[in-house]
Amino acid sequence: MTNETLMTTAPPEASVEPPRLHIQDVGRDFHTKSGVTHAVSGVDLTIQRGEFVAVIGRSGCGKTTLLRMIGGLLAPSAGTIEVDGKSLWRGSHVEPSAVTKLGFVFQESNLFPWFSILDNIALPLKLRGVGKTERRERAAELAELVGLTGFERSYPRELSGGMRQRAAIARALSTEPELLLMDEPFGALDALTRERMNLELQRIVLETNSTVVFVTHDIPEAVFLADRVVHMTPRPGRIRQILPAEFPKPRAVLVQTEPEFNEIVRILRRDLDEEE
Amino acid sequence: MSPRTLKLLPWIVTPSLVIIIVFLWWAIVTLLNVNPFIFPPPQAVAASFVQLLSEPQTWSAVVVTVSEVIIGFAIAVVVGVIVGVVLGKVPWLELSLRPLIVIAQVAPKVAFVPLFVIWFGFGLTSKIVLAALLAFFPIMLNVLLGVRSVEQGHREVMQSLNASKRQTFLQLDMRSLQPYLFAGMEVGIVLATIGAIVGEYLGGNNGLGNMVVSAMNSLDAARTFALILLLSLIGLVLYLIVNEAKRFVIPWHESVYGLRNVTA
Repeated sequence: MTNETLMTTAPPEASVEPPRLHIQDVGRDFHTKSGVTHAVSGVDLTIQRGEFVAVIGRSGCGKTTLLRMIGGLLAPSAGTIEVDGKSLWRGSHVEPSAVTKLGFVFQESNLFPWFSILDNIALPLKLRGVGKTERRERAAELAELVGLTGFERSYPRELSGGMRQRAAIARALSTEPELLLMDEPFGALDALTRERMNLELQRIVLETNSTVVFVTHDIPEAVFLADRVVHMTPRPGRIRQILPAEFPKPRAVLVQTEPEFNEIVRILRRDLDEEE
Repeated sequence: MSPRTLKLLPWIVTPSLVIIIVFLWWAIVTLLNVNPFIFPPPQAVAASFVQLLSEPQTWSAVVVTVSEVIIGFAIAVVVGVIVGVVLGKVPWLELSLRPLIVIAQVAPKVAFVPLFVIWFGFGLTSKIVLAALLAFFPIMLNVLLGVRSVEQGHREVMQSLNASKRQTFLQLDMRSLQPYLFAGMEVGIVLATIGAIVGEYLGGNNGLGNMVVSAMNSLDAARTFALILLLSLIGLVLYLIVNEAKRFVIPWHESVYGLRNVTA
């Protein structure tokens, strides 16, 4: 079993400012009747500004648990998480000034059925006390960015799964987050819609210059989108290897036919396969 | 069946069935020569109904009964929402009060009317109390269910947005429970109507319930039937108002747009 860890070092010019995300020795235990489960254990990860990092692994490898800890939804049992040098957790409480830097996209769109698409996108701004006219203007821009122009007044139920996820992405972007966290956002979509959404996401991320942590169980999706692919293994959930995927952006769908691309996919598939 | 036919269906079936039932009623009463004191023919009831509508006394009774229903219902909605939300949000309170709630719910509240008359007099208050009491339980229990049924994914959205408790309550809980509140109100308005009428049957000298008792005491079966018809129409109108309010307040909900998809 190869246990090499291919760490790419951060670009040197970014070393003056603190990294966007700095995770040190983070762990999370779950106490159940049958004992303690180490869902995540000893995870170190540093992500620079503008980087797109995909986290991949089998079910139960702790990738979603890790993302929920980064997203301020679940307190870690050990370690520190810093966003722009600011500690995110204080015990089991989130630090509001750090959590407001984040945007979260869930596997389900989780749009509120009583709001129109526009009001759903504007919800984070509403909670921050942004006035109605301003937040609607901003939401309309975001609807355009994610390709939902013409659907601003529709209710979520009137949209397809892919369109609902676009709206969820726009909602997460509305506060201009420093760090965008995505938990298998396209997991519930069919393969063709998914491929389209990957291209769209790439475009949106490049346009907004976002930093992204993207959890998925789809290997080509991870390699296609990410600058680095973090491979996690279960029991306990930890990082096994980090593979760079250095293809120029924007990437076309056909990048997936290139030998270098397939080599990374092959390594990941082989290593994921031998885990079971 | 085409959507167009589906939409027309209730408008064809309902009047046809009413005509058939009235015809059967007429046929049985006439052919079997039933004593009109026991079962009056439809034309006698119709005549009595027209007569009823021409009496000013009827209209003042309508105002009394409808006021009792609406005030009682409004009290039930306000108290039901408050109690339902509090019990939904404070599980230990709901758990410790549950046996008492069940007992209060299954207790035949109509049996309390004599007590209400002693406590609140023969006026409107005792009827309002009964109407409110009957409507309260379905409203409170549905609101309680609604508060408990907020989607976990929606909660996480609010959590990831660092929303305050107040914001989460107003933007999420209060919105999520609206369909449940309307389900409770649709049952509640019917029960409030029953409560007001039963209250008038048993105590007091005002309202349509009281007129039913007088008609019965004077052995006027046709008038009794006409009053029941009037009461049913009032109940129908009140129910439709609640139902229409639902379509207006929660147009996004399955119970509203699902129906629209079938009928439109």
